Amino acid sequence: MRLLLELAVTHILGRGRQTVVAIAGVALGVGFSIAMASLMQGGEDDFMAQLVDTMPHVQITDERRTARRQPAEDVFALAAIAGLRPKEDRRGILNPAEVGAMLRAFVPGRISMSLRTQGVVRYAGRDVGISIIGIDPEEEAAVSSVAGDFLEGSFASLAGGGNNIIVGDRLAERLGARLGTTVTVVSSTGQSRGFKIVGLFHTGTTARDEGEGYVLLKNAQILSERPNAINDIRIKLDDPSAAPAVARRAEAQTGYKTVPWQEANESLLEALVIRNVIMYTVVGAIMLVAGFGIFNIISTITHEKARDIAILKSLGFTQGDMRRLFLVEGLALGLGGSALGWVMGFSLCYAMSLVHFELSGAAVGREMTRLPLAWSIWHYVIAAGFALASAAVAGYLPARQAARLNPVDIIRGAS
Amino acid sequence: MSPLIEARGLTRILPATVPVTLVRDVSLTIGEREFIAITGPSGSGKSSLLYLLGLLDEPTKGTLSLAGHATLGIHDEARAKLRLATIGFVFQFHFLLPEFTARENVEIPMRKLGRLSPGEMSRRATELLAAIGLADHLDKRPDQLSGGQRQRVAVARALANDPPLVLADEPTGSLDSTSSEQVFLILADLVRQRGKTVVAVTHDLDIASRVDRRIHLVDGKVVSDDCNKDKKAEPATPDAR
Repeated sequence: MRLLLELAVTHILGRGRQTVVAIAGVALGVGFSIAMASLMQGGEDDFMAQLVDTMPHVQITDERRTARRQPAEDVFALAAIAGLRPKEDRRGILNPAEVGAMLRAFVPGRISMSLRTQGVVRYAGRDVGISIIGIDPEEEAAVSSVAGDFLEGSFASLAGGGNNIIVGDRLAERLGARLGTTVTVVSSTGQSRGFKIVGLFHTGTTARDEGEGYVLLKNAQILSERPNAINDIRIKLDDPSAAPAVARRAEAQTGYKTVPWQEANESLLEALVIRNVIMYTVVGAIMLVAGFGIFNIISTITHEKARDIAILKSLGFTQGDMRRLFLVEGLALGLGGSALGWVMGFSLCYAMSLVHFELSGAAVGREMTRLPLAWSIWHYVIAAGFALASAAVAGYLPARQAARLNPVDIIRGAS
Repeated sequence: MSPLIEARGLTRILPATVPVTLVRDVSLTIGEREFIAITGPSGSGKSSLLYLLGLLDEPTKGTLSLAGHATLGIHDEARAKLRLATIGFVFQFHFLLPEFTARENVEIPMRKLGRLSPGEMSRRATELLAAIGLADHLDKRPDQLSGGQRQRVAVARALANDPPLVLADEPTGSLDSTSSEQVFLILADLVRQRGKTVVAVTHDLDIASRVDRRIHLVDGKVVSDDCNKDKKAEPATPDAR
């Protein structure tokens, strides 16, 4: 094998310029693949982090996945029910203390129970429809991402006495209200109360900043005329990846529809998978193009070294030896290109990590943002893997042809 | 003692629209320590017969036994192994690897066979090259050597694995008369001093008249297979080298 390696090296070094071009082609492919993978992965990680941070990991609502069974169906093995008109039950989770205790017994994380209802905020002749969310300030602060988005006040401000409300900055802007202003909240049941704005938040999501208002849970229950009821339980887990298991158990125990964040964002996660497939297809295409460079040089070498192949075969080298020789040459170019590509990829990623963007927007003020980059050894391994596979194929095709050369034809031609 | 080569009814037909018969029903027995010339007009099938004897080509018909091994239908791997250990080739063109020195070229068959240590291979290559008068050219590449010197390196390479049989295809065909004489004497020396069997294809009637046995081909068929009674080959002397 050492002899074949020596022969391979002399062949490659004998075509200096072409070798440099082929290695540069592979290196560019590997380098840009690493940079692209780093950017894509970084973007995905950033997106996932935002998704996991801003959303509850598990959400329990007052819905059920299937219609409730009739008592007769549970009592009798065979029951035929006709002309049934189910009773209009009071909506919501009506035993929150019991459900909360059940969940706290096994959930490794924080739980917030709330009642979400629809209403209108009225001020200075302006009406804006909002979601009114009744919360326990302490529980909500431990679960909601809004806790970190306050411009004025905090969830704790709700407990300051009287009827208080926290709204988004854009809602306040639309109403012409500010901190301390008392607005009127009218619920869908017709209940109306005056609420003093004790906090303003800005999440960056227009739907929330313009359409959500937080009040104490008891106030929301009064407004919606649902005493002692909640309709939304949000759970933040210590380990977000445990959400499906926790959701399954919670749904089995409570009977209410329980959705882990992965299920809630299934289509988004599928889109990310498709994005990765597209990315690796592009990486493969880049490597395929680099492979043509290798194919070109190995083909040229096999053509130029036909006499050497003939004499080596006449000396006792086998077809397998010849295949290995040129395959080694292809792989050597792939390895050289990969090594250089790793350096190039790392340098590109480092250069991109230094890039700063200054984003400005009407409501966001000014933020300093960097390109999202992920540093992973796997990007390097996968890019080199693609390069080596491409080099192996590109080397194997001419190698197979070289191995099949009939030494007699070449010796006769040379004589 | 079994013959080194035993060919029976060797025939080689090139497949084509009109098939071409290169070698026609050749039967030969070649023993050890023979110096044989294969002669004949151009296109008579001399080289084709040599390639068949050297396992570089496969006969369309017939059987060939080499050093006691039947060669019909054996796998490429086994043919290559047999060739590596049993046959040394010398062609009209030296076919030295241009990137390697004279010594490295001679070491290549030894390295492939893998029987000797690197030190032993280097020593043997040096000895072989010194024996044919190239002791001062061990580390020169082929492009730094004359035509005759290159051909002598090719002879040394053919002897690298100490094969019992050396097949030479027009070994002096591309050389001037002085170099031709040197190469001929080296080949003769292989038979006389080293006990090899040399089969050489040649157009050179002078060389053909100085070997032990002359096989004459016409249209791929052996028309005569004679022992030379008045051969003039002398063992190569150091001066002649």
